[in-house]
Amino acid sequence: MRTACISAERTIARMARLIRMDDTGHTTLAEWTAADELSFDAAVTAFREQLDSGLYAVVTEGEGHARQVDELPLDAELVILRRPIAGG
Amino acid sequence: MSSEVLPETAAVYWRPRVDERSLAHRGRVWTLTTVAHTIPFTVAAVLLFALEPLSAPVGLILLAHAWAIPELYAKRGANVLRRRPPAADGPERAALGLLGDLVGHEARALHARTGLVLERGALGVWVVGEAGALLARGRRVDCWCVHVDDRRLPSADRIAHLLLALRTDEQGFATVANLAFSGARWRVRRRLPPIQRPALDAID
Repeated sequence: MRTACISAERTIARMARLIRMDDTGHTTLAEWTAADELSFDAAVTAFREQLDSGLYAVVTEGEGHARQVDELPLDAELVILRRPIAGG
Repeated sequence: MSSEVLPETAAVYWRPRVDERSLAHRGRVWTLTTVAHTIPFTVAAVLLFALEPLSAPVGLILLAHAWAIPELYAKRGANVLRRRPPAADGPERAALGLLGDLVGHEARALHARTGLVLERGALGVWVVGEAGALLARGRRVDCWCVHVDDRRLPSADRIAHLLLALRTDEQGFATVANLAFSGARWRVRRRLPPIQRPALDAID
């Protein structure tokens, strides 16, 4: 039983997420694993739609670091979609 | 911080990219402007008093101007960290969870106390709010107006937007933002609401 629990936790930990910051706090648009091509393809489609609507995608790389991406990285744990910022 | 270029800089293509040198230059211009506003009033007050001691009330008014103008500028700077009305509890909690994942324990604790996030960068130490950020460089602080244009976003999401942009391209972030004030940190600190002041104290 314990082994099954640990196995489930590890599967969840490996699950990558595409989230969008919005008026609900954030919305998970897609989840994928490197081993599951279908889930990744669905995530890529969702990712493209959001970029086409004017959002930017950012991959966090530890505290203090972030990288903007134009393609959904297969190995990222978390990809965050943000709106543009402006001065004033 | 990353070395990528923030895409929003394309919207302000006429602005030179902010770097340490341009920040120092802008700081000097702000100081000179403050001096130019203050010295004439002060000199006029002293001269008037020397020529005619009965003009002291006028001199006091001039000195009040010399004091008030820099204070108004500092208030303008402090206003970049003004908090906005919060969203509903659920979205605020969800946004807070995400912001908490982006920062370390100390920054989380500071945000819980002050509503502001401290971020150390190459240009200095940033204090990020919902619609602006302060950049502390030594005893000087630069106050930047910058925001995400969606009023429905929870406050923690607004900070997360700015934080992610800042982490992507610090110089680009400062280029996109509008400089509202540059001057002494103590001057801005005392114009902040008391609840926000620990964020400036945490810089050192």
